[in-house]
Amino acid sequence: MLHIVKFQQVTKYFGQQEALKNIDLTFHKGETTVILGPSGSGKSTLLRCINLLEKPEKGTISVGDIKIDLSKPVSKKDTLAIRQRTAMVFQSFNLFPHMKVLENVIEGRLTVLKETRIDAVEKGQLLLEKVGLSQKIDSYPAQLSGGQQQRVAIARALAMEPQFLLFDEPTSALDPELEGEVLKVLKDLSEEEKSMIIVTHNLNFAREVADRILFLEHGEIVFDGATAQFFEKNDNARIQSFIQSMQFI
Amino acid sequence: MSREMQIALDSIWPILKAGLIVTIPLSLIAFAIALVVAVITALARISNYKILRAIFGIYVWIFRGTPVLVQLFIVFFGFPKAGITLDAWTAAIITFSLNTGAYASESIRASILAIPKGQWEAAESLGMTYWQVLRRVIAPQTIRISLPSVTNDFIDLVKGTSLVASITLADMFMVGQQITARTYEPLLIYSLCAVIYLIFISVLMYLQGRLEKYASKYV
Ligand SMILES: Nc1ncnc2c1ncn2[C@@H]1O[C@H](COP(=O)(O)OP(=O)(O)OP(=O)(O)O)[C@@H](O)[C@H]1O
Ligand SMILES: [Mg+2]
Repeated sequence: MLHIVKFQQVTKYFGQQEALKNIDLTFHKGETTVILGPSGSGKSTLLRCINLLEKPEKGTISVGDIKIDLSKPVSKKDTLAIRQRTAMVFQSFNLFPHMKVLENVIEGRLTVLKETRIDAVEKGQLLLEKVGLSQKIDSYPAQLSGGQQQRVAIARALAMEPQFLLFDEPTSALDPELEGEVLKVLKDLSEEEKSMIIVTHNLNFAREVADRILFLEHGEIVFDGATAQFFEKNDNARIQSFIQSMQFI
Repeated sequence: MSREMQIALDSIWPILKAGLIVTIPLSLIAFAIALVVAVITALARISNYKILRAIFGIYVWIFRGTPVLVQLFIVFFGFPKAGITLDAWTAAIITFSLNTGAYASESIRASILAIPKGQWEAAESLGMTYWQVLRRVIAPQTIRISLPSVTNDFIDLVKGTSLVASITLADMFMVGQQITARTYEPLLIYSLCAVIYLIFISVLMYLQGRLEKYASKYV
């Protein structure tokens, strides 16, 4: 099956403001891409366009075998198909508070994939083990630390076996002590060659896991290339000052 | 035994009986219908369909914006002029379910809107349809959030049913009026009515507390 995310001349407006300007871009299978850029540059918007939480006005977006012409209304069927090929992890976790940890993880398999409960539970237990939370299966999200909640959210995303995993600042809401445990999980996933697109402000982490860096500014891609090239051999003054300013945070 | 004591004792059962055969059944039936109306109205008013939002918005506007006694009179005394004659029970059920439905729809709508947008986004990004999101993620949280205000709407309804005395239904209040007319003991009899209402509503408040505790076990 085709395993790709492709943007062709994608433009997204918020009112008058162009949040993404004519973006051409392809994400490949097995690659970890980190998206960097100053606040308001369009990182979240780009990520949220992939699974159509935002609908751009122009261009085409392909996810796997689904291709969408954004100048026309998007059918529900295509929207759902795209969302089944992707999974998203949010800055604020967004776990379902009324469901226990295991129920959170298997919800998509039960409701969306219509899997039997027995199979879904088995899958859910394995994933919770993978993120180190086997002990917390019967807890409610409110009983967990932020880092634990985010690991549950990652397990929930993995449970859907998506082609692409999308992360929007997955550790920005966490204290530094808790950040590490989530980054560790992300690193493991990256090493398993999962296809991941990560928005983050953590440059050290980007440097460590990214195969590829995208640098956005004012809704445009200013840099798209290998990680080493971004950090070491970059002659773009804007990027150099960005790297410098981030290192003090 | 004093005369007042005797009157009070003799009046308890007739008033209570009116409560059991009119006030309580009317409240329960009207509330059950009101809940259905309220859920449909709340969903219509958060939907993407402008016409639907407008129609249900006008319904809520009218029923919240006019006194329930006036609504009751229009349905019971007014509708016959337009060829629709309803018995007192039917008129009362229609009026109270639509009136409480309007209020409860606002309670439910506000509760749905209080749920963080991230809940919708997380569910949608799993690939759930609109109805799946509503059923699996939004509804359970809405029930918890709206419980206190919807119970309030129910309590208002129970008390509001005392108005059916004016359209010939023999509820607790009507029976109280009849006994007062016979005995000239308004303070005694109406206080007795008040106490019985208070007992009914205290039971509701107790149930609300239990339900809230149950619905909040995950917070
Ligand atoms: N829902 C919205 N309505 C209006 N404008 C929006 C909305 N979401 C984003 N924007 C605007 O679009 C631009 C890009 O926003 P976006 O959230 O993608 O930036 P970002 O790079 O993720 O920033 P940050 O690092 O602060 O998260 C910003 O100027 C923002 O104000
Ligand atoms: Mg952002």
